[in-house]
Amino acid sequence: MASPAPKSPEQSERNRKYDRQLRLWGDHGQAALEGAHVCIINATALGTEILKSLVLPGIGAFTIVDGKKVTSEDIGANFFLETDSVGKSRAQVATQMLLELNSDVRGDYIDEEPDQILYNSPDFFNNFTVVVATCLAEKSLVLLSQRLWELNIPLIVCRTIGFIAYMRIQVKEHMVIETHPDNEIPDLRLDKPFETLKKHVDSVNLDALSFKDHSHVPYLIVLYKFLEKWILSKGELPNSYKEKSQLKQMIREGMRRDENDISNSEENFEEAVKAVNTCVGHTEIPENVTNILNDDQCINLTAKSSSFWIIAKAVKDFVENEGGGLLPLKGTLPDMTADTEKYITLQQIYHKQAIADAEAVWRRTLQLLRQLGKSSDSIPERDVKLFCRHALNIHVGRGTCIADEYDCKVFDASNIVQCLENPESMMIYYVILRGVEKFQTEYNSYPGEFDDQVEPDIVKLKACITKLLSEWGCGPLVKDDYVHEFCRFGGAELHSVSGFLGGLAAQEVIKFVTNQYKPVHNTFIYDAVTSNSGTFFF
Amino acid sequence: MMGSDHMHRRWSNLRKVLERSGPFCRPDFEPSTETLQFLLDNCKILVIGAGGLGCELLKDLGLMGFRQIHIIDMDTIELSNLNRQFLFRHKDIGSSKAEVAAKFINSRIPGCNVISHCCKIQDKAEDFYRQFHIVICGLDSIIARRWINGMLLSLLVYEDGELDRSSVIPMIDGGTEGFKGNVRVILPGLTACIECTLDLYPPQVTYPLCTIANTPRLPEHCIEYVKVIQWPKENPFECAIDGDDPQHINWIYEKSIERAAQFGIQGLTYRLVQGVVKNIIPAVASTNAVIAAACATEAFKLASSCSASLNNYMVLNDIDGIYTYTYEAEKKEDCVACSQVPKEIEINSPKFKLNDLIEFLCEKPDLQMKNPGLTAYINGKNKTLYMQTVASIEERTRENLTKTLVELGLRNGSEINVADITTPSAIVLKLKFVYCNSDM
Repeated sequence: MASPAPKSPEQSERNRKYDRQLRLWGDHGQAALEGAHVCIINATALGTEILKSLVLPGIGAFTIVDGKKVTSEDIGANFFLETDSVGKSRAQVATQMLLELNSDVRGDYIDEEPDQILYNSPDFFNNFTVVVATCLAEKSLVLLSQRLWELNIPLIVCRTIGFIAYMRIQVKEHMVIETHPDNEIPDLRLDKPFETLKKHVDSVNLDALSFKDHSHVPYLIVLYKFLEKWILSKGELPNSYKEKSQLKQMIREGMRRDENDISNSEENFEEAVKAVNTCVGHTEIPENVTNILNDDQCINLTAKSSSFWIIAKAVKDFVENEGGGLLPLKGTLPDMTADTEKYITLQQIYHKQAIADAEAVWRRTLQLLRQLGKSSDSIPERDVKLFCRHALNIHVGRGTCIADEYDCKVFDASNIVQCLENPESMMIYYVILRGVEKFQTEYNSYPGEFDDQVEPDIVKLKACITKLLSEWGCGPLVKDDYVHEFCRFGGAELHSVSGFLGGLAAQEVIKFVTNQYKPVHNTFIYDAVTSNSGTFFF
Repeated sequence: MMGSDHMHRRWSNLRKVLERSGPFCRPDFEPSTETLQFLLDNCKILVIGAGGLGCELLKDLGLMGFRQIHIIDMDTIELSNLNRQFLFRHKDIGSSKAEVAAKFINSRIPGCNVISHCCKIQDKAEDFYRQFHIVICGLDSIIARRWINGMLLSLLVYEDGELDRSSVIPMIDGGTEGFKGNVRVILPGLTACIECTLDLYPPQVTYPLCTIANTPRLPEHCIEYVKVIQWPKENPFECAIDGDDPQHINWIYEKSIERAAQFGIQGLTYRLVQGVVKNIIPAVASTNAVIAAACATEAFKLASSCSASLNNYMVLNDIDGIYTYTYEAEKKEDCVACSQVPKEIEINSPKFKLNDLIEFLCEKPDLQMKNPGLTAYINGKNKTLYMQTVASIEERTRENLTKTLVELGLRNGSEINVADITTPSAIVLKLKFVYCNSDM
């Protein structure tokens, strides 16, 4: 061979070990994960299961806060404790055993009750990326929630009792650039072609093509041509199902006919027909993106604005100027039947336009940084490119403070009442779990914790729930069987239920840490008996 | 040894749900101390696969009171397993997955008795599978799932057409891919089986040969070209491709880069080459944990009958918030595997050749066979029509491929026995000639 063969890159051990997940969140997601420090309050089975799914993929560091000593009950449900660890610090044993999973991870522990830390060293939580609390008492939860709300550090609160799992996510504001939507609509701009695309398609004359070339034109061009023809005669895009069917028919009739006047099945034309439903429409900015671009945080930048908002403002300025009302082009093409040369040419046209759009946004970003008195290297160009590539799917989530749910002056229970009208609603579990918390505060045990107290506890738990409901201004609950069921559970932690929620909670942590994927908004409830789950917003 | 008091308290979480009755229990559930004893001492569970799901399953089952557990897996541990298969350490690379996993669980959970089998599922016979109360699958292979499904169906006992319930071994099946997963509970012979819902599995992505040879557009097309055309032609290492041999991957990478450059195709990376060659499915610890836990919960509910089972299919996706969906997959009345009714295959032309039939069996979404071997009873004799898997028979029967079914002596109503790697026992297909005689 004339030219020397290109060398294969050396694969690092780390790349090989994390290969299966790097394919999901990329090297930049992994770097973010490795830079994160998460705090877990209470090394319950749920707590260690969450940590397991963070230590394995290689989170930077964790800290366990737990003042309890290991009991026999703990060992029955918690994999990261050993029989001979009874009586030792639960935080210490769990930390040691979790660290065995991955030598890349650092871990430490505080053998103190979370309450003590909250009261004695309130700054303790300031530097964590995410805080996760399991099995935390009402009063401490409220304090912790307020503290982290002020700091804008995400807090994930989890608990499982019997077959029921609950997770509440608290985050003031969370921005996601890479949401990884399952079904992404391609950004093709057939209705509003940019100059180079228009020029290219104009240069193709379908009728003048040879038989072979005709069947190797990318469907995009076919679709463009027929759409152009349509608009010429009707004045606007096909809208209704009927009009779209007519356009499809036009395309079908455009297939070359053979000597017997039988239409040839040309794959590219078939693809164009199929694409009518997904690719023909008005190119516009999705509503949620418009809202982000019109957000106060975007319009009124300050020196404290995060890079997300600065880039968002640059995109907004782009839209209002160079973009002509449209977002920067995504620049990727779906695969389509075509010969190599025709496909690559078209691909390059989209790619180059996307680069040009991203450069324009980058220039605007630099301009904004100058205006804000920030250095030009405070936002790397690749971040701007990433933002532009995903501009159609960016997401801003704004949450609520957990403490507000415990303040009946601000808590709005109308949502609960409404949900409970549906007998199948999983909202019932929220109400009962709140009742269980109240029970714990009042009696310092779980309802049904002791075998001889199940029946009396049913009455007491009911009273707790009735009291709660009246504080919320709701009528009494007539679902005694659910109350009974929770007393049967007696606060039992079933390992497989905690394993289920543990995996999900770890994934929510990863979402916050990598700034990828959309987190739960904001309360998740799961019933392991039916395998049903529900998401609620408080 | 720890005292009985410790043992008593160790299982106190489980005892609450097993020794107390509740309003949502299954009607036939009797709270008692015997249920836990049954789980601990008698209930035999088979876990198939000691990978991402299998490791989680062993831990989950061990902490849900199951102690008589068998695990079967033929694979050895690799570095890329360690980001989720948490029973394995760096020093275990190269060892048997089943063995290391069993040893770890037995040492961590006192009293747990996991027995490992480092072999293929096909190496075990009916008697092996018959000993279990529940089978749980944590597999990434559809073929293996189908085989186990067929095995459990073959253990069913019918008396006068009535299914003997005691011969039913429930199968719990978990699957994951990236942030998506699913769990299903199958009661063989009673509820939808794997074959009833075969069309749920998306067909494997394949690229037409003419695209990879003549009009490549994607980096994947270039990699496929090197894999399918260039490798056999140049045979650089004088053996088949081994996706785990870095030299092989390097060679494919370098040739693919050349081809991509030649066609002006962007975006070819080493990671992509590995992904295409090894057909890698992205995987992460959290999803495996979630799906395995849901499988273990189902095993616990089935074994203790404390609650109703999942009915019967759950899907999970946690890319956008957390989404779960539960529905009842329906049993197919004419399922080839579980219906007891021979499947009818409609033959609509007298020119239909054996080759056409084989192609049909491989491509039909509800059959999806791999390399079926066909025999039939013709003129009172059992005749092998075609068999690819045995070279000498293949040679002898090859000429049948181009013969029509009629030429082979098959008639309307003839039954054909089909053996395939997707099923442990042959299935019966009934031919139905639907063309009229004037076609002939």
